[in-house]
Amino acid sequence: MTMKDLSTYAKNTWCPGCGNFAILNSIKAVLDALNEEGFPLEKVVLVSGIGCHAKIVDYINVNSFYAIHGRVVPVATGIKLANPDLKVIGFAGDGDAYGEGLEHLIFAAKRNISITMIIHNNRVYGLTTGQYTPTSPLGFRGRSTPKGTIELPLNPLELMLTSGATFIARGYSHGIELLKKNFKEAINHKGFSFIDVLQVCVTFFNMYEYYNKRVYELKGEDLQNYDGALRKIREWDYNSDVPIALGTFYKKEIPPFEERFLKYETKAVDRKLKIKEILEQAI
Amino acid sequence: MDNFSVFIGGKAGDGIDKAGLIIARILNQLGYRLYIYRDYPSIIRGGHTFSIIRVSKDRIATHLNKVDFLLALNQDSVDFHKERLKDNTFIIYDSDLVKLEGLPGGIQTSGLPLGKIIKEENGLPVMRNSCIIGGFSKAIGLEWDILERVFRKNISKALDLNLRVALRGYNEAKEFVKIEPLRNNSLPVLTGNEAIGLGLVKGGLKAYIAYPMTPSSGLLHFLAQSAEDFSLKVIHPESEIAVILMALGFSYAGERVAVGTSGGGFCLMTEGLSLSGMAELPIVIVVGQRPGPSTGVPTHTAQSDLHFVLNAGQGEFPRFVVSPGDAEEAYFWSCVALNISWKYQTPSIILADKSLCEGTYSFDIDSLGELKEENPILWDRKESYKRYLETETGVSPLDFVPDKEAIIKVDSYAHDEFGITTEEAQKIKNMQDKRLRKGQYLMKELEKYETVKVYGNKNSSVALICWGSNKGVCIEAAENLGIKVIHPVVLSPFPIREFQDSLKSVQNLICVENNSTAQLASLINRYGFGINEKILKYDGRPFSLDELEERLKDLVK
Repeated sequence: MTMKDLSTYAKNTWCPGCGNFAILNSIKAVLDALNEEGFPLEKVVLVSGIGCHAKIVDYINVNSFYAIHGRVVPVATGIKLANPDLKVIGFAGDGDAYGEGLEHLIFAAKRNISITMIIHNNRVYGLTTGQYTPTSPLGFRGRSTPKGTIELPLNPLELMLTSGATFIARGYSHGIELLKKNFKEAINHKGFSFIDVLQVCVTFFNMYEYYNKRVYELKGEDLQNYDGALRKIREWDYNSDVPIALGTFYKKEIPPFEERFLKYETKAVDRKLKIKEILEQAI
Repeated sequence: MDNFSVFIGGKAGDGIDKAGLIIARILNQLGYRLYIYRDYPSIIRGGHTFSIIRVSKDRIATHLNKVDFLLALNQDSVDFHKERLKDNTFIIYDSDLVKLEGLPGGIQTSGLPLGKIIKEENGLPVMRNSCIIGGFSKAIGLEWDILERVFRKNISKALDLNLRVALRGYNEAKEFVKIEPLRNNSLPVLTGNEAIGLGLVKGGLKAYIAYPMTPSSGLLHFLAQSAEDFSLKVIHPESEIAVILMALGFSYAGERVAVGTSGGGFCLMTEGLSLSGMAELPIVIVVGQRPGPSTGVPTHTAQSDLHFVLNAGQGEFPRFVVSPGDAEEAYFWSCVALNISWKYQTPSIILADKSLCEGTYSFDIDSLGELKEENPILWDRKESYKRYLETETGVSPLDFVPDKEAIIKVDSYAHDEFGITTEEAQKIKNMQDKRLRKGQYLMKELEKYETVKVYGNKNSSVALICWGSNKGVCIEAAENLGIKVIHPVVLSPFPIREFQDSLKSVQNLICVENNSTAQLASLINRYGFGINEKILKYDGRPFSLDELEERLKDLVK
């Protein structure tokens, strides 16, 4: 399979300059590399929610589940538990990961199940034409908050660290090399991996200039140090005008959920006999 | 005496449920067919809880208000239930706690100082129920060996101590009547939840996912406990939303999956139900009804979600809805529901209620037809794979990840045959037609099953029409009155022709339902069938046989 094969006939309908292109190109490159290294792509399943981000599964010619708003995580979890040999990669917007579907994200981190969640965090609702999201900065003027929001954004990385995620990174839709590195590391991680991608929406919230002035790449961090990771994650609260770190903040290997869950999965059983035994016991 | 009822009551935490089951199993040893009605509040400790164990030489699936034996572990068990007493009811009670006053004459009693006995034997307070079971066994002239055998099979903790306490009760009570063993064999005793679970397993279930909610939690507990035996994946996730979405993930990956809940949890599942309809992902949803609206009465029963499950979810898509009437039907149709779901790639709903889920029945597996896991229609590998290939029946052959030769895309959005999103008018229409065609073929397939059952006097011009757990009470009342019962088991797609056939010779149709608006009556009305009378009950309690007969008195002469 070559890069070209990973495209479909679906017409791309993202706005010109949309940050989603960087995510699409990076993930395709990473999938291609996986394939080159001998991981068969039929064992990959992509899951998306609803929103601009979700169209990504129509644009990549591998198995996919185009799900519903906020529910990428439980679908991905079900697929992984049904067949742990699969690599399940979820894509979600900040609306459906941090808004409607937040509970699922927390539980996936808590379980430490080996799925990857890539969040297209443009900090605005794009497809519904410009409302604030859980990560919009204070005072954001959207169509549902014309006078500006009066609530602080949440810091999704901090939430993921305290919930038990074992791989936490931040990407940016400007600079595809770092994004590819982020994705590859996340997909190969055993346990729950999470990447918040600052994906710029050029139409409703163009942050390129703002981010370009502030982003820097993390280097030489002790990735297993929880307290250190927490400090680094708290450096930027998605609201203040301070430097914004990109790259991996935390990475730790502990036995993932599916390994503990599926301990008796392979056992062959005679169901007919077992039903008979249960009925006899019930006399 | 070959048809009688035993009441046992106490406070929540007294182990009434388990005691009721042990009494049932004792009577089961004598060859009786049985049914247990459980009544308890949503309280962990305290509150009043009771079970009525009714036995008969013939199969039964309902209880009577009047009882022949009343076993009282607390005062409420007597005070709240005086209307249950007959002239010759035999009462066994804890004489340390319960005062018998103002009872009708002719009632015989046997007081046991349960607290004192427990203290003398160094037992635990919960063992009062073992002691009273001992007393009851004596009252019915049971051989001690039978009680001992049942205890050995059903009690794992402190067996010897329980037996010692029971023996004290046995020795101190008096014999009231000799219950003779019948020539019947003994049948397994199962709850509706257990029967649903075994039926799903029979149908090839690989995963069960649920969030606890009465009255379906028993199904979750049963399957979780049997998970290893059946190599089953049982998961309890964060919410009912996660439950159904996880299940659809399993379904996509090719594993047969079911979920269980009650009305409130099903509210949260409706977005997933609609996704199942659109993405054509097979799933079985068990809905155990309880009274609503909202929290309603959590531990009681109702049949008020029929139209909810028939219409839940945005958009139009075929669904299979079946409402079994007892444990045997629950087993049978749960297996069939799973097969149908996979054959037609559409959601199946098993609509039960608290009466069925938590009711306990004698279960005769030999009374059921042959059942097996049926294969879905699979991709023949000739043409390149299209997940939503348009076919005559609307069913697109399935294939599952990972497959080197296929890319499998499912989509909640309107999509083309390959599973790529589309907003083109013609494709939208074609796909909707394709999904609806599955419903028509499903309707044809259902002709091979008995989707509408008829009981009682089949030539009678008077018929009761009921659904779900009211089957048992209606059959018995109808047999006593010489009238007919019509019990539609499949409710979607509605078996119009079979229903019409069942109405032959009927002039007076009386619906019997556990809701306040006669939901089945309005369903059949949609197909042009009218009813003459309604008997409705919506106080959270099921009909008892004596109550239904009383309410039928004026309607059936």
